[in-house]
Parts: sequence; structure tokens; C-alpha cells
Amino acid sequence: MLTLIIVLIVVAVVLLSTATFLVTGRRRGRRLEAPPGRPPAPPVTRPTQPPRPTEAGPRAPPQPEIAEPAVAEPAVTEPAVAEPEVAEPEAAELEVLEGEPEVLERPRFRDRLGKARNLFSGYLTSVRGREKIDATTWDELEEALILADVGVDATAKMLDDLRSRVRKEGLTTPDALVDALKGDMVSLLEGDRELHLQSGVTNVWLFVGVNGVGKTTTIGKLGQRARRDGHSVVMAAGDTFRAAAADQLAMWAERVDAEVVRGNEGGDPGAVIFDAVQHAAAKKADLVLADTAGRLHTKVNLMEELKKVRRVAGREPGHVSEVLLVIDATTGQNGLVQAKQFADAVEVTGVVLTKLDGTAKGGIALAIASELGIPIKLVGLGEGAEDLVDFDAVEFVDALIDAD
Amino acid sequence: MFESLTDRFDTVFTRLRGRGRLTEADVDEALREIRLALLQADVNLKVVRDFVARVRDALVGIDLSTSLTPGQQVVKVVHDELRQILGGETLKVTYASRPPTVILLAGLQGAGKTTTAGKLAAWFKKREGRNPLLVGADLQRPAAVEQLKVLGAQAGVPVFSEQSDPVTVAKKGLAEAIRLGRDVLIVDTAGRLSIDAELMDEVRRVSETVEPHYTFLVIDAMTGQDAVATAEAFHRTLELDGVILTKIDGDARGGAALSVKEVVGRPIVFASTGEKQDEFELFHPDRMADRILGMGDVLTLIEKAEAHVDAAGAEEAMARMQEGRFSLEDFLDQMQQVKKMGSLSGLVGMMPGLPKELRNAEIDDNALGPIEAIIRSMTPQERRDPSIINGSRRLRIAKGSGTTTTDVNALLDRFKQMQVYMRQMAGMSGLGGRVARSAVRRNNKKAAKKSKKRGR
Ligand SMILES: Nc1nc2c(ncn2[C@@H]2O[C@H](COP(=O)(O)OP(=O)(O)OP(=O)(O)O)[C@@H](O)[C@H]2O)c(=O)[nH]1
Ligand SMILES: [Mg+2]
Repeated sequence: MLTLIIVLIVVAVVLLSTATFLVTGRRRGRRLEAPPGRPPAPPVTRPTQPPRPTEAGPRAPPQPEIAEPAVAEPAVTEPAVAEPEVAEPEAAELEVLEGEPEVLERPRFRDRLGKARNLFSGYLTSVRGREKIDATTWDELEEALILADVGVDATAKMLDDLRSRVRKEGLTTPDALVDALKGDMVSLLEGDRELHLQSGVTNVWLFVGVNGVGKTTTIGKLGQRARRDGHSVVMAAGDTFRAAAADQLAMWAERVDAEVVRGNEGGDPGAVIFDAVQHAAAKKADLVLADTAGRLHTKVNLMEELKKVRRVAGREPGHVSEVLLVIDATTGQNGLVQAKQFADAVEVTGVVLTKLDGTAKGGIALAIASELGIPIKLVGLGEGAEDLVDFDAVEFVDALIDAD
Repeated sequence: MFESLTDRFDTVFTRLRGRGRLTEADVDEALREIRLALLQADVNLKVVRDFVARVRDALVGIDLSTSLTPGQQVVKVVHDELRQILGGETLKVTYASRPPTVILLAGLQGAGKTTTAGKLAAWFKKREGRNPLLVGADLQRPAAVEQLKVLGAQAGVPVFSEQSDPVTVAKKGLAEAIRLGRDVLIVDTAGRLSIDAELMDEVRRVSETVEPHYTFLVIDAMTGQDAVATAEAFHRTLELDGVILTKIDGDARGGAALSVKEVVGRPIVFASTGEKQDEFELFHPDRMADRILGMGDVLTLIEKAEAHVDAAGAEEAMARMQEGRFSLEDFLDQMQQVKKMGSLSGLVGMMPGLPKELRNAEIDDNALGPIEAIIRSMTPQERRDPSIINGSRRLRIAKGSGTTTTDVNALLDRFKQMQVYMRQMAGMSGLGGRVARSAVRRNNKKAAKKSKKRGR
């Protein structure tokens, strides 16, 4: 056995060191073929060709047709399985939602965060109540930030800045200290929060992120909002990889009365999005919400695939006006790495922070905003179509460290 | 997953071991670094604090000033504590005497429950030879049941669901399993927030209905500080039996795994290592502890080798290495063996004593394609004696393999450099290669234990 392991190690070492070299070589623009994507590898579509007949694509309006999932029924015997009925429960909800749009108020941070709030209370409330600033005060601030997933480094940096502010401005009470910290955090969060829509082009908003963060759901919610604001929306089922991902998006499309363009499972995501853009242009729809498969930022192939998707989405008449990175509020320090990698690959224009309705504080978004300068634009506060709000730095910071 | 933690501990330990004498300040410094490393890995603050306190307490009992190897002693204390947090037995499923054995999956939204349900079904079927039934009780997320059906079809496992409510679905699913004589029932539930009282109550009712033999919490390896609150809440409601950790194929530092184990006292039972259905494994807590402590995971490596590698071939290769006659031909052969064992980065994580840069290299297995192509484009003669490769041969090889001459050179250079290393490694048993030797020794002990168990 020892022999085996030694031989293995040697071979692995040679492979690794050579492969590292070759890979770096390739990145430098050498002409080694990029490794194939996830199987089955689709042929590279050439979006410069005239639009393909949209067999796989959009349905005739007004009703996007989703009765036929693109997925083959399982071959195995399915004991007494009722066909999954798509429309029913959603239809009910849809009526409620669309009954009187104006009356509906979007949920606000405060209302939603109430539940999670008390978990944290006591933290800074007790800090504020003290007489003077001492070592404990600083410890407690540090603790609050770390528990909110802001991260050790970002926390250290913020507290250092705060220390010099204390000296410069002669702050003496913990109360003033906490306010100063919150002020600092709010200014770290400054940025362009607008969701851009250009006129005269077919706008594509591309949604990217690791698996399960809430990309598809966010598209559904945003579709709802855009519809209400009077846009025609086409959703592009660019997740051709995960089982039933297109069905999920199609159900959202139906729910919020948008169109959906889908391809074959395992097909080329770029082609689907390209088709969606063509379809939107033909229909004079001004917004394409493009879903992509969740992918870990460490998977070189999949990140390459994403770059290609972005390029294709921007081909005439498409214009990629937002690339939104979806980050789950429960994410820890890895969120910063994710943001870096996705930003490098596809020029992320903003973050959507989801699942802030839970106990997680989403502090990593602060690190992302301050270290990478990527603004947080939207916040997800639940699973319903209305559970999406614009980001508000003051409320976010309140919820992050204070218990008011 | 735990690589960076491994590196950090490595540094701290090396420094400690190097000291002849330890002052209190040295120890404080080391503890501070350990604290930092754990926090950066997303271990929960409170867990870290307790951990550091325990290490400190344990150190109080030791008179470091009189110890001959104080550094070694500190390292040992940290090791023991870490192993305490992380360790535990590997899950061994006990099947219900009256089938089906019921498994309930729960967790937050987006943790990976549905995918995991499919993987578990495949695992029970292929690895355990069971006949599972999947139950789709996630009626919340659009197309969740559709997704489960596709996954069930991939695994060749039937799926039961209907549009009623989760409790009814679970109940009928159980009846269905009994009727069809399925011996394992896997219930997928909707993702829910731990503070959503209504949904937590619902999952409790599902649980009361099917009375699971195993309740697993599915947790994303990228989770931050919140992992503790979530795990505690689910544990309070459902009495967990274990945790399934997903998405460990990323570069998250996986501290959530430590936190959860510590606060609910339940081990990680499975880990999900990729999106494909077979990228799913039993989790071995003790081995993982060793990996974090930088000791590799030779046991798993050996298991994989036993299953996939031609032992006689390896013996011969080894002999040739010792004699310095290990050729590119041998290399190509052995490379095929390595490929059979799984992804290269996965294997490397298990190897003891590799330099840090290599251990952490992010290599896609597709990057091995060009290497193989280059060697295959050589004549047998060239493979045996690369020194005959001149300019025109080089060009031919590059052309034939779709690479460049620089790539060919790179491979040849590395291979040449490695021949020195090979002789060292191969001669190790005689010369005493520290790491691998001790690893192997440890491992033999374990292997002996294991074969006893097996022989039962
Ligand atoms: N509580 C809560 N749940 C959310 C929120 N956003 C999304 N979810 C849920 O999170 C889960 C995953 O969401 P998806 O939209 O499928 O995530 P995705 O990023 O598209 O996932 P993949 O395509 O599988 O990578 C679903 O159960 C959603 O309902 C949110 O803001 N709050
Ligand atoms: Mg999705």
C-alpha cells in the first residue's frame, strides 16, 4: 500500500505542477482549447447567425405555456403520483396580488426584520447604556460585527477608523460611538443603486451567483415589479442545467404575467438568452430578465461559460444593463470571494441580498460593498412575489448592529 | 474545503514546535492566531471563544516552563480539543426492523435539500442495495416536485407527491412505501426559516406523522455565523440525528460544520461534493479532523487506491522510480490510475506532506487533457528517453497534441525535475521521509482496526 501511495503522490505532483503551468499559460491567452463545459457540452452557438426558429423558445402570448415540462417523465413507475399541478395555488395568489396593486405596500426592512431583531437586542443596547468607552465597549462592537458576518478583517478596519475618529472628534459616550460607527457603515455602503434601463435597446439584466441563493426567485419578484411599472418582461430560462429549473422560472413567469423563453435541458444557456433577446426585440419588450444556473465561483469552466453568456446577451439588439450578483444573507466569509470572482468574470453591477427575513444579518454584503465597491441594490425579504425591496443603507445598518 | 484552516494551523504549529522555551506571551500569541483562523473560517464566535478557553484551561495544568518540548505540548492540546469538536464516528445506518427506514430532510431555503434527497436515494440504492421511495413534501417552491422527479428518474427511484399539504403527502408517502415494499423512505421538505413559527410547526407535524428514524439537517458549507442559530432551532424542533453538509466543493472554509457539531452535538454524516448525483459521500469526522490538522487523509486515499489502482503495476512503477528508470510511459499509465480515483484536487487534499502551493492549487481535471495529449503524441522511444526530443520532434509533438512547444517543454522540464523527487520519495522507507512515514504508521494501526471490524 505504501508503494501505491508514493507512486500516486509522485504522479499527482507532476500532474499538478505541469497543469498549473499549462493553465496559467492558457489564461495568458495561449491557444490551448478551453476545457469543455458541463456535459452534455452543447455546440457553440453563433449568435451572429439569424435568429433560430424559436421552436424551443417563446410561446404565443398571452399565456406562456407551461403545461408541458421540458423534462421527460421519470421512466420508473410512479406509484400514485398526481401530476404536479402548476397553476392552481399560484393562480390564487396571483389574483390577490394583482387585484389592486396600488394598495399593496412593499414590505419594509423594519416590519420584516422584527422577528429576528430581538435575537440581537441587548447587544448594542447594553453598549449604548454605558457611561464610558472602555475595552469592553470595543470588544462588544467587535463581537456584534463578527456575529453579523462582517468578517474579521473588515471589522478590524472599521474599528480602527472608528478609533481615530474617537480621538479626532473627542467622542466620549458609547452612545455617540455607536452612532459614529453606524454613520461610517452607511457611508461605506454608498453607491449607485439604480437599476439601469436604457431606452431604444433590449435591456438584459443578468442574474448570477452560487447555487441556491435565490436567483430564480429574485427574477420572479423583479418581474412582478417591472410588470407593475408598465414594462413588458421576457424571462430567459438560462439555467439549462439544474433539474426543472426552467419549470420553476416558467411558473414565476405565469404568476407575474411575463413571457418565458426556454431551451432544452442540457442545452446552451447563451443560445436561450440570445433567443429571449430576439423574442423581446420582436415583441418590443424592453426588459429581459436572464436566469443562469447556480455555479460555484471556483469552477473554471462554468465561469468561462458565464462570460460567454454575458457576451452573447450583449449582442445586438441586446444590451446588458445590469449584472446582478445574488448573495444569500446566511453566507459567511466566502461571500467576499464569490463577489470577487463573479465581478472579475462578468463585471457585476450590483448585489441582491436575499433571505434577510431570517436570522442572518448579511454583514458580508458590507464587506463586499466596501472592499469591492459593488453596491447593494435590492433586498429579498421572503418567498412571495412582493418580498423584494430597494436597499436602504440606514435600515440595513440599524438591523445589522442595533436593536433599537 | 478546510485547506486554509489547515494552512493557518500549520504555521502556528510550526512556530510553536520550533521554540525551545515558551513564554506566556508566546502562548497568547498562538491562541490569538488560532482564534483568528477559526473566525475567518466562519466558526461561530461563541464556539471559538469556548474553544480558546478550553485550550487555555488545559494548558494551565501543564508547566510549560519545565517541559522539554513545550511547543509540542501546546500543539497536542489544540489537536485534542479540535478533534473533540470535529470528531465522531462515521454514520452506520441501522435499518428499521419494520421497513421502511424513514429519513427526513430539513433546512433553510437553498441549502440543497432536494438535490441531496436525490443523492441520498442514489446512495441507498447503489451503495447499500436498498429500494428507496422519495417523497416530495416541498409544495412551496415552484417546481420543487418536478425537480425531485427528474432526480428520482436519474437515480432510478420512484417519487411520490401530490398537491395537498406536506403532512398529508408525507403520510400517504409512508403508506405508499409500505404498500410497495420500499425499504427506505426519504422525505424532502420545503426550505424554511428557523424563526418562521408556522412552518417550523408544520415540519414538526410532518415529523410526527412519519416518525423518522433519521432526521438530517442540510446545511450549506458556505454558511456564516448564522449556522448556530439555525441548527439550534431545527434541533429544538426536530431532534436532529446528523447534519449533511453541501457544496463543500467550493472554497468555503467550512467553519459552519464545526459550529453546528459543537452546538447540537450531532455529527456531520454526509458531505455533498458536487452537482452530480454521485458526488456525495459518507463523512468521516475523524479523518476530516486529521485533514484540518494537516495530516492528510491517508485512510480514504488507501481505500480509493485499493478500489481502483492496479497494485502490481504500482509496484513495478515504484521499482523503476527507485532505479531512476521511471519513464513518461510509466507516467502515462499511472496517470490513468490516478484519474480513476476521482478528481485530482480531491486526491491532493488527502495526501500528507505536500507543499502548500500544490495542496491549494485549484486544478480543473480538464487541465490534465493537454498533458495526456502531449505524452500520447510522443513516439514510444521518446517516452522512454525524452532526451532525444529535439526541435523538430518538439514541434511535431506540439502540433499533434494541439499545444505549443512551450507547453511541451514545460512538461518535460517538470518531469525531469520530478525525477529527483521521485528517487527521494521512493527511497523514503529507507531514508525516513518524516510525514508520509508517520502517516502511514498511523494509518496501519487504523487499517488493522478496520480489517478486524470488516472480518466480523
Ligand atoms: N426566506 C427567503 N427565502 C428566499 C428568498 N429568496 C429566495 N428564497 C428561497 O430560496 C430557495 C432557493 O431560491 P432559488 O430562487 O431557487 O435560488 P437559485 O439561486 O435560483 O437556485 P439554483 O438555480 O438552484 O442555483 C427557494 O426556496 C426560494 O423560495 C428570500 O429573500 N427569503
Ligand atoms: Mg435558479
